[in-house]
Amino acid sequence: MRVTFTVNGREETAEDVWEGESLLYVLRERLGLPGSKNACEQGECGSCTVYLDDAPVCACLVAAGQAQGRRVRTVEGLAERGLDPVQEAFVETGAVQCGFCTPGLVVQAHDLLERVERPSDAEIREALAGNLCRCTGYEKILDAVRLAAERKAAAR
Amino acid sequence: MEFLRPTTWAEALAAKADQPDAVPIQGGTDVMVEINFSVRRPPALLDLTAVPELATWSLDGGRYRIGAAVPYSTIIGELGGALPGLAQAARTVGSPQIRNRGSVGGNLGAASPAGDSHPPLLAAGAAVEVESRGRGVRMIPADAFYLGVKRSALLPDELIRAVHVEPAAGPQYFSKVGTRNAMVIAVCSFAVALHPDERRVGTGLGSAAPTPRRAREAEEFLAAELDWSAPLQPALLARFGELCAGAAAPIDDVRGTAGYRRHAIAVLARRTLTWAWHDHLERRAA
Ligand SMILES: Cc1cc2nc3c(=O)[nH]c(=O)nc-3n(C[C@H](O)[C@H](O)[C@H](O)COP(=O)(O)OP(=O)(O)OC[C@H]3O[C@@H](n4cnc5c(N)ncnc54)[C@H](O)[C@@H]3O)c2cc1C
Ligand code: FES
Ligand code: FES
Repeated sequence: MRVTFTVNGREETAEDVWEGESLLYVLRERLGLPGSKNACEQGECGSCTVYLDDAPVCACLVAAGQAQGRRVRTVEGLAERGLDPVQEAFVETGAVQCGFCTPGLVVQAHDLLERVERPSDAEIREALAGNLCRCTGYEKILDAVRLAAERKAAAR
Repeated sequence: MEFLRPTTWAEALAAKADQPDAVPIQGGTDVMVEINFSVRRPPALLDLTAVPELATWSLDGGRYRIGAAVPYSTIIGELGGALPGLAQAARTVGSPQIRNRGSVGGNLGAASPAGDSHPPLLAAGAAVEVESRGRGVRMIPADAFYLGVKRSALLPDELIRAVHVEPAAGPQYFSKVGTRNAMVIAVCSFAVALHPDERRVGTGLGSAAPTPRRAREAEEFLAAELDWSAPLQPALLARFGELCAGAAAPIDDVRGTAGYRRHAIAVLARRTLTWAWHDHLERRAA
C-alpha cells in the first residue's frame, strides 16, 4: 500500500508498504531517516520515540498505515535549524556514550520541556521511564535535561 | 494482509461484520508487538484511529462515556478527578510513550488478566458498550466481560465502542505490585472504590486469577459489617484482606508464585481500603 504523511514539515509518500509494517521501518528503511533507532520493536526501550502529531510515541508500535495523513517529527526534525538546546545539552554534559538511546531520549526530553518549564527530578525520571540506556547510568542524562531546561527557560 | 481504515463508526461496524477475522488496532501497543514478532499474521488489520469519536469522552446522563481509543494520558490528564481509580491505574501503565497510545478499549480487547484497567473498572461497576452491525448495541457489565485468560464476552463481529463509568461517589485507590515503578506487567494488583451513598465497597483483583475479578464475599462482608462513621477495626480489616486473598486463584509464573500473589492481594486490599477509609473519614469531618 501507499502511505502519505508529513515528516519534519514535508509531505512524504512511501510506496509498497507492507500492511503490517511499522512507522519505524518506513522512516528508517523507506524515507532515509535512520535517526530513530530500532532496538527492541516491542515498546520497551524508547529508542524509536518520535512525535506523532503532538505526542511522543514508540514508532515501532505504530502501524505505518495509521500515520496516513498525520504529522510525524523525528530527532532529525529537531535539528533543522541547528541543534535544539536538548541536543546541545546532551553533547555538553557527556550524556551520550554509544548513542543508541540518544535519539529517543532527546525526543522524549524535548516533549517534557515543551510541557513543563522547570521539571523536578521526579518529573524527569517519570518522563524518561520508558527510555533505556545501557551505557551512561542515567546521571549525565538527568544533567542534560536539567541544563536544557535552564537554557530554554532563560531563552523564553 | 489488508489494511482497513474506516472513518466512521458505521463503516467500522460494516468492516468487522464483513470480515470478522480482521484484527482491530488502536494504540497498537499489544497488536504491533505481536506483528513485529510474527506471533500474529491476521488477514486484515482494522485501524480504528481514523474514527474520531472513539478518541473522545463525554459526560452522558451523569456517567462518563470514554471512547474505546481514548489514550491513558488523556484519562490521567482530564479524568483524574472524576475517576481517580482508573486514572491511578492508567498512570502505572508502561511508560509515557505507551500511555500516549494505549487505551482502555485496547486493554479490554486484549482481556489480559494482568491488564491494569480492569480492577478499577470492576470496583467502580463500569459497563462496556459493544456493538455489531447485525445485533446493535450491548451493554456488558465489567464483571460479565472477562471470560477466561485473554477471552472476553466480545463476539467476532462486534467492536468495543466505549466504557461507561459513574463518577467516583467516594474515595478510590489502585495499587500494583511490580519490580519497578514503570514498564511493569502487574505481578498482581488491586482496586477499591467506596460507594458511601449505598454503604457499599467495590473491589477488583488483577493478575491473581484467570480473569480480572471482584472479591464478592469481601464486598458482602463489608456491606454487612462496616460502620461508616467509625474508624476501621483491625479485625475487620484483616478479615477483608483474607477474603480478598480467598477470591484469588493465582498461578506460579515467572513474575511470582501463587502463594506470593495471594499474600500480596491481602496486603494490597488492606492498604488500599485503609487509604480510602482515611479519605472517607476526612471528608465526613470536613
Ligand atoms: C512496553 C509496554 C508496556 C505495557 N505496559 C502495560 C501495563 O503496565 N499495563 C497494562 O495493562 N498493559 C500494558 N501494556 C499492554 C498494552 O499497552 C495495553 O493493553 C493497552 O491498553 C492496549 O491498548 P491499545 O489501544 O494499544 O490496543 P491495541 O494493541 O490496538 O489492541 C489491543 C487488543 O484489543 C483489540 N481492540 C482494540 N480496539 C478494539 C475495539 N475498539 N473493539 C474491539 N477490539 C479492540 C485488538 O484487536 C487487540 O486484540 C504494555 C504494552 C507495552 C508494549
Ligand atoms: S524499538 Fe521501539 S521501543 Fe524499542
Ligand atoms: S549511550 Fe549507549 S545506550 Fe545510552
